[in-house]
Amino acid sequence: MRYTPSSPDERAEMLKHLGVGSASELYSDIPEGITLKDRLKLGGGLSEQELMRHMKGLASLNRTGTSFLGAGCYRHHIPAAVKHIISRSEFYTSYTPYQAEVSQGVLQALFEYQSMMCELTGQEVCNATMYDGSTALAEACVMAHNITKRDGILVSDTLHPHYLEVLRTYCEAGGLKLTVVESDDGTSRNLKPTGETAAVVVQNPNFHGCIEDTDALTAKAHKTGSLLIGCVVEATSLGILKPPAADITCGEGQSLGNPVSFGGPSFGFLTTSMEHVRRMPGRLVGETVDVDGRRSYVLTLQAREQHIRREKAASNICTAQSLCGIAAAAYLALLGPAGLRAVALNSHRNAVYLSGRLGRLKGFKLAYKHPFYNEFLMKCPAGTYERIIGAGMTPGLRVGNDLMLFCTTEVHRKADLDMLAEALK
Amino acid sequence: MKTLIEKSVAGRTGVLPPEADVDAEPRIPDAMLRGGLRLPELGEVDVVRHYTALSRLNYGVDTGIYPLGSCTMKYNPKANEDAAALEGFADVHPLQPAETAQGALKLMHELEGMLCEITGMDAYTLQPSAGAHGELTGIMLMKAWFRDRHESRGKIIVPDSSHGTNPATAAYCGFEVVVAKSDERGNLDLEDLKEHMNQEVAGLMLTNPNTLGLFDENICEITEIVHGNGGLVYYDGANMNAIMGKARPGDMGYDIVHLNLHKTFATPHGGGGPGAGPVGVKRRLEPYLPAPRIIKTNGGYALDHKRPKTIGRVKANHGNFGVLARAYAYIKALGAEGLADASEQAVLNANYLMRKLAGHYDLPFDRTCMHEFVLSGRRQAHRNGVHTLDIAKRLLDYGVHAPTIYFPLIVEEAMMIEPTETEGKQTLDEFADIMIKIADECEKNPETVKSAPHNTPVRRLDDTLAARKPVLQWNMRRE
Amino acid sequence: MEFPEKLKYTKEHEWIKVEGGTATVGITDYAQDALGDVVYVELPKKGAAVEQSKGAAVVESVKSASDVYAPASGAVTEANGRLETNPELVNKSPYGDGWMFKLKLKNPSDLEGLMSAGEYRKYVEGKK
Repeated sequence: MRYTPSSPDERAEMLKHLGVGSASELYSDIPEGITLKDRLKLGGGLSEQELMRHMKGLASLNRTGTSFLGAGCYRHHIPAAVKHIISRSEFYTSYTPYQAEVSQGVLQALFEYQSMMCELTGQEVCNATMYDGSTALAEACVMAHNITKRDGILVSDTLHPHYLEVLRTYCEAGGLKLTVVESDDGTSRNLKPTGETAAVVVQNPNFHGCIEDTDALTAKAHKTGSLLIGCVVEATSLGILKPPAADITCGEGQSLGNPVSFGGPSFGFLTTSMEHVRRMPGRLVGETVDVDGRRSYVLTLQAREQHIRREKAASNICTAQSLCGIAAAAYLALLGPAGLRAVALNSHRNAVYLSGRLGRLKGFKLAYKHPFYNEFLMKCPAGTYERIIGAGMTPGLRVGNDLMLFCTTEVHRKADLDMLAEALK
Repeated sequence: MKTLIEKSVAGRTGVLPPEADVDAEPRIPDAMLRGGLRLPELGEVDVVRHYTALSRLNYGVDTGIYPLGSCTMKYNPKANEDAAALEGFADVHPLQPAETAQGALKLMHELEGMLCEITGMDAYTLQPSAGAHGELTGIMLMKAWFRDRHESRGKIIVPDSSHGTNPATAAYCGFEVVVAKSDERGNLDLEDLKEHMNQEVAGLMLTNPNTLGLFDENICEITEIVHGNGGLVYYDGANMNAIMGKARPGDMGYDIVHLNLHKTFATPHGGGGPGAGPVGVKRRLEPYLPAPRIIKTNGGYALDHKRPKTIGRVKANHGNFGVLARAYAYIKALGAEGLADASEQAVLNANYLMRKLAGHYDLPFDRTCMHEFVLSGRRQAHRNGVHTLDIAKRLLDYGVHAPTIYFPLIVEEAMMIEPTETEGKQTLDEFADIMIKIADECEKNPETVKSAPHNTPVRRLDDTLAARKPVLQWNMRRE
Repeated sequence: MEFPEKLKYTKEHEWIKVEGGTATVGITDYAQDALGDVVYVELPKKGAAVEQSKGAAVVESVKSASDVYAPASGAVTEANGRLETNPELVNKSPYGDGWMFKLKLKNPSDLEGLMSAGEYRKYVEGKK
């Protein structure tokens, strides 16, 4: 399959114009010793028809169907219109909107995304996406370091293990000191910030599914002059839960209009108050006017970014996850407040129902008594995992030796939940 | 155009989930519940019309030529979109048991192999989400390498022509950034490099072809100089589109490579992402790669978490799988011959365009270019008071997108043009004609160019107002 | 372009006005012209120590961000709060209302290496 439109005659004309016999002659600057003599060992190309057959073959080796896996990635119903909207090629084949006059579509869409995420998180400003929740959290910690001039990042082991690993990597590289405290009750209640703590990090709901008391943690953090970073990994939870009382609220946006897709692409969100806006990494879309007074949108506060500040930039981020953010905006617009509340409520009620049904089975017990949103950690008898697989469903995440993290969304119906309970009787 | 919230009408509803059919009451204490939720209330048709109208204000590759130097805005094949959207890819969860995700793991494992072959490297990680993310990963790998050797090296060299992400990345990881000069030919100045290179330098970050679109013929000597001092060489793969199937960074002596799948491998730019920035390394650096790695076993594919020397994760889950799937499809469709042909055509197109424009704009480096070339608007600036910014805006009036402007920093009034291989001769001729027309306008009618654009949905924007009095969401009002 | 006589100047285009043991610092007319519209100024906090030739403040325009280097070492006594809401003062009145910060000088001898108005004017003209 080729995507180079010029015909052989057109190519010949161009070569003639340049006075060369073949395109290979244009590579004369490459030293002989490193010029490839043979074709790359990749095999021949495929026609489109063969390609689709091949891809379908690969896709068919993956199991989909009823699943109780959450743990940072959530299967919600994505309204058909979302996919059609982001398939408008004027959106998805465009570049970062540096030439604002011909990019008002992307710019306004991102401005609206920023606005709606601020509404969800209760913060004043949101940037135009980060790579994902884990890196958004890492960058939030760097922000906290730059704001407070302190090195310490304090977090409970109730943070998603991947996020913890990413924090370790970023803190190691950036010279920050990460302290991970073992939870004594399934929440971050026992965190004790000090004068060295730049930020206290709390995931809400946390990795074990428990809803945290962020008010109490924020009060503790502020007493020592530390910031509170709230990290929301299941963004639909903001449909019914109070957003974290945080100085910086970040998280994962996948559950808003983006498919699970084996973990990516999705997007991270980063929100904060205007006080800290100049420390924010990533792009920001702002409102302005053009020479004729028309309201328009433009990338602004770019002096923070790598292409201007270079080694003094707030971050090195360049390409982010714009289209995924626009998908989230379209999702929120299509659902509206009623729809998002309903998605959140249904996700939660399904979890309440399932935990109840499983709890009545022998050997099953909720690990914690704390309120949860759509995930709960349950002690399970041996063989639970295998029995669920055997019933043709995807189990929740195994945690430790005898625990499983179950997740439900609005996509589950009573029949699915009953089927799981039956399989585990 | 009005925003969603301005179009909102109380009581309108869009797409609602069905009523929950479980008899279970919510069990969240009131203190944990939120109060209001002010999102737009719209019907589906309202939302679809809104975004359709927005899209019509936007220019993409599907609209016309997008000659942004350093961005490789090539055509995004639609088959790849369909492939990535297959249910078996879109609905599979990253934490599913490996036996139930063999298709995804196989795709990723094969992609790693293909990228190794294309770049001459020994192992790849597919975790990084973008080029800059790949760079961060690469510099972390460098750090880990030297720490393992108990060597303390605090400096990294970048050329004066480098992309901003290079020094930003190095600085984040605690390195002091040392800038090496380019010579009159546009190559890295070898003497300057030798002067800066010593035991304190961890390595050099260099793309080849460089940001001037020129192939640095001294590359092998450069990597030897760095290796000779015990340093590592990092390849910024942004310009890989020039050399697929023609040369490989691994053969040039590079130790670490990142690729931009949303550039070279035709995955869509999405208005600013998502992309993917896989990182490849030579065998000796493989132990440090992010974990887990995908391995082939007797039973199929699995994840190997036993990586004692890993730098850790740079992202949750596996990487931007949807983007990886598109790149995989692209490489499969083109094959070895197609990739080489793509690069050759990209280089042919760039040289053709460069020759057509050389008489009308200053050409700072008059030599064969690779997949992109740099012009200078110096002549128009000094003679007619028209700057590169104005020329870029005037191009928009003619219905084409402007090239990259004011980059690289070492060229005055720079315009970096990269047509890519997916432009045909006709489009190139049209683009050249427009550029020549504008050069003429600079002479005869400079005011028209200086006040451009005139025909776009909005005209020149007040950047100063946007930055001085930021309004960053629809609840913010400007006082 | 203005080059007020009573001030001393640096190669990085800062000016310093000395009155007894304290000094006022800002950027020159040449600098504000080169930067374009100033959108934001990040100033040092009261009490902060600044070191000669090291970055003390940052001045941002739409397309760039430049360090403002301290012409002399000392402790910051006051920062120009008006610049937070009116950064354009740096463009309109770089030597007057656009002043950036005041400091108590650590070593008056720091001033010896600086340029006079005449020397700075020659230096700037040489750049053109």
